[in-house]
Amino acid sequence: MRLINRRPVPRAARLLALLPFAAVLLAYVISSALRLAENPADKLLPAFSSFAAAIDRMAFTADPRTGDVLLWLDTFASLRRLFAGLAISTMVAVVLGIAIGLLPYLRATLGGFVTAFSMAPPLALLPILFITVGLGEAAKITLIAIGVTPPLVRDMALRVEDVPRQQIVKAQTLGASSWTIALRVILPQVLPRLLDSIRLQLGPAWLFLISAEAIAAESGLGYRIFLVRRYLSMDVILPYVAWITLLAFLMDVAIVLLQRRAFPWFAEARASS
Amino acid sequence: MSLISVRNVWKEYDDTVVLEQINLEIDQRAFVALVGPSGCGKTTFLKMLLSEEQPTRGTIKIDDAPISPEPTADRGVVYQRYSVFSHLTVLGNVLLGRELQAGGPAGTLFGRLFGAEKALAVAEARELIAAVGLSHAESRYPAQLSGGMQQRLALAQALMGRPKVLLLDEPFGALDPGIRAEIHVLMRNLWNERALTIVMVTHDLPEAFALATRVIAFERRRNEPTDCGRYGATITQDFEIWPRRIPAPLDSLKPPGRDDPTPQTVSYRDDPVKTGSAA
Ligand SMILES: Nc1ncnc2c1ncn2[C@@H]1O[C@H](COP(=O)(O)OP(=O)(O)O)[C@@H](O)[C@H]1O
Ligand SMILES: [Mg+2]
Repeated sequence: MRLINRRPVPRAARLLALLPFAAVLLAYVISSALRLAENPADKLLPAFSSFAAAIDRMAFTADPRTGDVLLWLDTFASLRRLFAGLAISTMVAVVLGIAIGLLPYLRATLGGFVTAFSMAPPLALLPILFITVGLGEAAKITLIAIGVTPPLVRDMALRVEDVPRQQIVKAQTLGASSWTIALRVILPQVLPRLLDSIRLQLGPAWLFLISAEAIAAESGLGYRIFLVRRYLSMDVILPYVAWITLLAFLMDVAIVLLQRRAFPWFAEARASS
Repeated sequence: MSLISVRNVWKEYDDTVVLEQINLEIDQRAFVALVGPSGCGKTTFLKMLLSEEQPTRGTIKIDDAPISPEPTADRGVVYQRYSVFSHLTVLGNVLLGRELQAGGPAGTLFGRLFGAEKALAVAEARELIAAVGLSHAESRYPAQLSGGMQQRLALAQALMGRPKVLLLDEPFGALDPGIRAEIHVLMRNLWNERALTIVMVTHDLPEAFALATRVIAFERRRNEPTDCGRYGATITQDFEIWPRRIPAPLDSLKPPGRDDPTPQTVSYRDDPVKTGSAA
């Protein structure tokens, strides 16, 4: 049989999905053991016991100096920035994207501007942000918003233009105004698609967050890993990276669930169009 | 006096003439079938009746007044595809036909009806849904309906908007013959029982003759390859179906009272629908 026609049974597929994780883990354990056998003070590939100690120190013990449990402090600070940035972007994208997609005058005015603006690399704007809004929370949230909003707006406008012309005409023949078309025909149809593009922007959003935190912050997941980097604390960095990855993954899953729950018609409509 | 009056209408795109010199008077409650070869401008003509396109020359009047330059609720439409809204259930789709016309601050602001007005509209929507034979599917989404059911939903939705003129662009072109025959019965009943004037584009001649009171053919008179684009199509045939089809007078059709059983004139067999994944 051709390779393209050979499929694993579901149980085998699940096992296969675990395989690369297991392989990486195994490779790590072996390399770590080899390095530590040569030099017990090696910091590059710590043993799992060092991870356990570090996790216990960061996640379950209050910092003797400040009395905070650092992992939770960092997680809370980072998520607050991330959600604030994403919330701003989402609201701007819904309003501006629908308006640009639906109103020819606004499209003519802003379409090119948004495209041009989205080409500016957000990280290059970071110094400008630090200078203008300072080193505080506002700069980090603004960076995320600046980085994520333009692609979201452009995608929203495109999704609005994807709505079949017939539907827009149809709504007019049913007596709709521009506003009620936006509200009752366009908005509910583009919201599930907005969730798709937010999913795709989660990666960039985390990137901007970690970058901003690395440069100037007093707490946050990105701040912490860049701080302990000075002491080569791989035992802290690696669990933090795993935790960040897990958080990003859970957010992705949550959006998928929300999409299914809130827009029950969407999966079938997408499949049949 | 005729309801729709088309006077010397031309339509050109850049330097191609699509339609030329269209003159047409359509009576109240007529059922006009528009036929013609593919690409001769039938859809373009319908778009002009709908104000989705403007004539290059000439005027179109309804009730002796020039039509609005944009689509309005006096002209309803059903397309071959994309006529219904995939995010609304059957009931939601039909209801939308009334909700989008809701006046007052709440209606203008939310495009919805509330309270007693809503209850009235829901009752009316259910009647229409029953009339097109979709009562059992009231809470399904369009993607869960067969093609024939989607078109019946589109008809009910368009009628909910109470248009003077109903414009149909090959509405049944994508349906299987059996389903199409059933929907023809429905179409004839709807036309017979309501104050409707219908213009239907079709490329199916038997369909035109089965339904219409009047058949109009569009064609390019001159069609040499050398004068491509210089001559548009125009009306080459226009005849009434004989014996005349006369719709039932409206005052003989007293609307059913709220407690009367819903009239069900035909029983619909339908194409199977995928279920299971719906739940
Ligand atoms: N927006 C447009 N720009 C240029 N040409 C068009 C446009 N719309 C339609 N046409 C041309 O007009 C002609 C008639 O099209 P149409 O009305 O769709 O035909 P029909 O519905 O009879 O098949 C076609 O040759 C088509 O290429
Ligand atoms: Mg056509």
